[in-house]
Amino acid sequence: MATEALHTSPPDTWSPIFGRLNWGWIPYHEPILVGTFSAIVLGGLAVLLLMTRFRLWGPFWHGWVTTIDHKKIGIMYMALGFIMFVRGFADAIMMRAQQAMAAGGAEGYLPPHHFDQVFTAHGVIMIFFVAMAFITGIMNYVMPLQIGARDVAFPFLNNFSFWMTVAGAVLVNISLFIGEFARVGWLAFPPLSGASYSTGPGMDYYLWSLQIAGIGTTLSGINMIATILKMRSPGMRLFDMPIFTWTTLCTNFLIVAAFPVLTATLTMLTLDRYLGTHFFTNDLGGNSMLYINLIWIWGHPEVYILILPIFGVFSEIVATFSGKPIFGYKTMVWATACIMVLSFIVWLHHFFTMGSGANVNAFFGITTMIIAVPTGVKIFNWLFTMYKGSVRLETPMLWTIAFIVTFTIGGMTGVLLAVPPVDFQLHNTLFLIAHFHNVIIGGVVFGVYAAVTYWWPKAFGFKLHEGWMRRCFWLWVTGFYFAFMPLYALGLMGATRRMNAYMDTAWQIYFVIAAFGAVLILGGIVCGFAGGYVSILKRKELACGSDPWNGRTLDWATQSPVAPYNFPEEIQVTGRDMFWEMKQNGFKWSGHFHDIHMPKGTSSGIVLAAMATVFGFAMIWYIWWLAIISFLGCVAYGIAHTFNYDRDFYIPAKDVEANESKDAIA
Amino acid sequence: MKTLLQTVLMAVMAAALSGCQYDVLFPAGWVGAQQRDLLVISTLLMLVVIIPVIFMAIYFPVKYRADREDKSDYDPAFAHSNKLEAIVWGGPIIIILILGWLTWIYTHRLDPYRPLDMAGEPVEVEAVSLDWKWLFIYPQYGIASVNELAVPEGRPINFRLTSSTVMNTFSVPALGGMIYSMAGMETKLHLVADETGTFAGRSAHYSGPGFSWMTFDTISMEEGDFEGWIEKVRAEGGELSRASYLELEKPTIAEPVHYYASVADGLFDRVRGMCVEEGKACMDQMMMIDEAGGGGLEGIPLEPLFEYDPQRAIDGFGNLLPSDDLSAQNLSYSDDAYLLAMLTSDADALCRTTPEQDNGN
Repeated sequence: MATEALHTSPPDTWSPIFGRLNWGWIPYHEPILVGTFSAIVLGGLAVLLLMTRFRLWGPFWHGWVTTIDHKKIGIMYMALGFIMFVRGFADAIMMRAQQAMAAGGAEGYLPPHHFDQVFTAHGVIMIFFVAMAFITGIMNYVMPLQIGARDVAFPFLNNFSFWMTVAGAVLVNISLFIGEFARVGWLAFPPLSGASYSTGPGMDYYLWSLQIAGIGTTLSGINMIATILKMRSPGMRLFDMPIFTWTTLCTNFLIVAAFPVLTATLTMLTLDRYLGTHFFTNDLGGNSMLYINLIWIWGHPEVYILILPIFGVFSEIVATFSGKPIFGYKTMVWATACIMVLSFIVWLHHFFTMGSGANVNAFFGITTMIIAVPTGVKIFNWLFTMYKGSVRLETPMLWTIAFIVTFTIGGMTGVLLAVPPVDFQLHNTLFLIAHFHNVIIGGVVFGVYAAVTYWWPKAFGFKLHEGWMRRCFWLWVTGFYFAFMPLYALGLMGATRRMNAYMDTAWQIYFVIAAFGAVLILGGIVCGFAGGYVSILKRKELACGSDPWNGRTLDWATQSPVAPYNFPEEIQVTGRDMFWEMKQNGFKWSGHFHDIHMPKGTSSGIVLAAMATVFGFAMIWYIWWLAIISFLGCVAYGIAHTFNYDRDFYIPAKDVEANESKDAIA
Repeated sequence: MKTLLQTVLMAVMAAALSGCQYDVLFPAGWVGAQQRDLLVISTLLMLVVIIPVIFMAIYFPVKYRADREDKSDYDPAFAHSNKLEAIVWGGPIIIILILGWLTWIYTHRLDPYRPLDMAGEPVEVEAVSLDWKWLFIYPQYGIASVNELAVPEGRPINFRLTSSTVMNTFSVPALGGMIYSMAGMETKLHLVADETGTFAGRSAHYSGPGFSWMTFDTISMEEGDFEGWIEKVRAEGGELSRASYLELEKPTIAEPVHYYASVADGLFDRVRGMCVEEGKACMDQMMMIDEAGGGGLEGIPLEPLFEYDPQRAIDGFGNLLPSDDLSAQNLSYSDDAYLLAMLTSDADALCRTTPEQDNGN
């Protein structure tokens, strides 16, 4: 069968006004996309109408869009994460359905052109716009509270980082309806992702959305490091910081060290595609192996960027719900630091099959195994925190136990893949897919649900509905095992990743079971959202005080929901688990409050990000005039913003006092 | 719900027990068997830690739950123990030491580039991943096949691999591990089939629209049958010249098996050098020019000599796009001997005329 001449890409045209955008790139002939588009438009219109009806535009603009309050930005990151999670999961369930159908000559319902975009989008969205958004959101919300700070070190930068992340997410979603997305796999290895083998705008959507979102991530990393190093409460030494703050610090060091590598790598690929350079081409001396090395020099630390804060989340939860300090605090910190450093010397284990010599492969295999040691230590420390404790099996704790079991299994298969000769057999198979979902779902996703259930009362003043959250938990956990254990089996049969169809009908039953698991996970997601909805309806019944879990760290010393100024006065820190100690000593605020100096909201962040979105879109479609204007607009607006001197205000002492006494009565 | 669960569980059991499809666990070649052994040993070694961890993860929260009757063992201050910490660091370190040692030995023993220590004359196979099919050249026999790999049972197979455009991975799990194939480069792999049979082979690295159909049967046969297969290829096959290779190289999806009774001399080296086409410089010549200091400003007009990708550009559905290739023959170049040497691909002449040749090595 020759490639079918019926299916061709839209004509390659260029006009000065619309660049290479023409009607052929609007997918009005694809029912799935038209349906999605209509649903989004109708849903969007409904939201707009409701917001207008209830006069929410003002509060939304002043209270959220322009806010530089780290707590609200944190919540917005979580909202972004959950919205993109729905998109990424839709991709996942489409793949599961396709692979459950397309066996033994059957074609399924997604042709390769569409299927390949779906798996690329799934990976890109889940890592960059779901997992990254979630961990940045949690770090943003919790870390300043844990160190007793008023806000992050650079509040405006925080707002700007968030909106740049949104800009990247918006570009990815635009690609659904205007043009197409990349068909290259989530890391876009050249030469496939180069100018010749990825023609069309899909790959350019990938590059510009990641570059724009990457600016946000890098700046947010710098911001958080500065916050932790400079804004801790008086008396709080580094070794007094809660474990979550430690993991946040290490993660942000990784972000600041690794993301520039990603930016540089993608820039080189962009130059290859736009200006005809030859960094990664086959011809004229380019070498794609450079790209693969570089992208994984970012990519492996990225894995730890995602998981370290989650280790922190579980450390907080396990200590709180066991009624004990974390076991082996110092060991925990050193293990985190070890992982941080080691994560930079293992990247080659992602491509043992490239043909490096035995010495090189063995070196990277063994360094990878060494990471298992500090990770194992962390797991033991969580276990020994429960040992001789008083364990309350609330929902966050259920997620923790499920995490320890699941993550341990994922860790074991990870070490298997780190043995080069074993990897030669399992590389790029579904065994690998099962492994990294095992650690990312078992780690990051479970961790995010645990964190949301744990800190929700802090953010909103009421707990999440227990029944729905438990349903969410059980469906997620069983769904995970149904969805991914069959993939381990398939990997051992030699089934590879990214297959649109396969001939061996014996594989089909495993894919069907995996699809069943995905449906269970869908149930879990629905129950999670239902839990949020029901809890908001029943918020009066579910209301709880500022410290519902008997917490140990300073985040629980604030009101719930947290007042804009976080803490009415500075806290003199004298050791670890400070809030626990304060409670033992019957701590009360002095009552003599001062005016509190606060940063003021600004619309610069969203304006800059909007212009960056336009710039990205213009570059993707070769609309050069628009690219020049929006780029100059960004630069000019950024300079103009530096002359904005209306940046701060004071909350009068009497307002603080009124607010604090209100809490005392409640 | 319950019956549904039961049905699913039954299906899982039924599928799991039909073991013969597990190519990785029940391979048909020495390399695969060694890799399987290592997989099993490593798993068992890690279970020494994993099983207690999973046990504790479930036992501790139950045993120390807050509503237990006797809470006399609740110790709210217990947060440090040198003994326990020695165990939690020491245990994993010992296991990783053992595993690291095994890894070192096996990684060297099973290095894909190392020829197998095995009796029998090796079969040489030159494998090329094309869009989207596999070409296997047998230089010892002067034949080639597309999407079918025949090997004699018990004789080592020495693969050299390259790719025409994008990256692929050569994978026959029943025989052993995989290796990438990359354009302009050569990788090596050594495998052997210890049993006769037909095994699934495929590209295991996503390479574009036709990737899913980039599969081939690996047929392991007895020596006599293998000779018969060679005869069949010679009888049925056409000629694989540089011109017919360039036809074959064009993107197709689900290409049927076909054979070539003769193969142009040094074809694989030209594929690897990206110079099958007339008037293109080979990779090794380009590298020699670079080694000698590069083409300089005079070399700029010669770019089409080294251009490769643009002529192979495809759209999103895998259709070849028209390209405006400036054929190298149409180039006007100065009469400079150095450039002439480059154009005629005359490496010796090039060395003689290179201005700053390092004579030290």
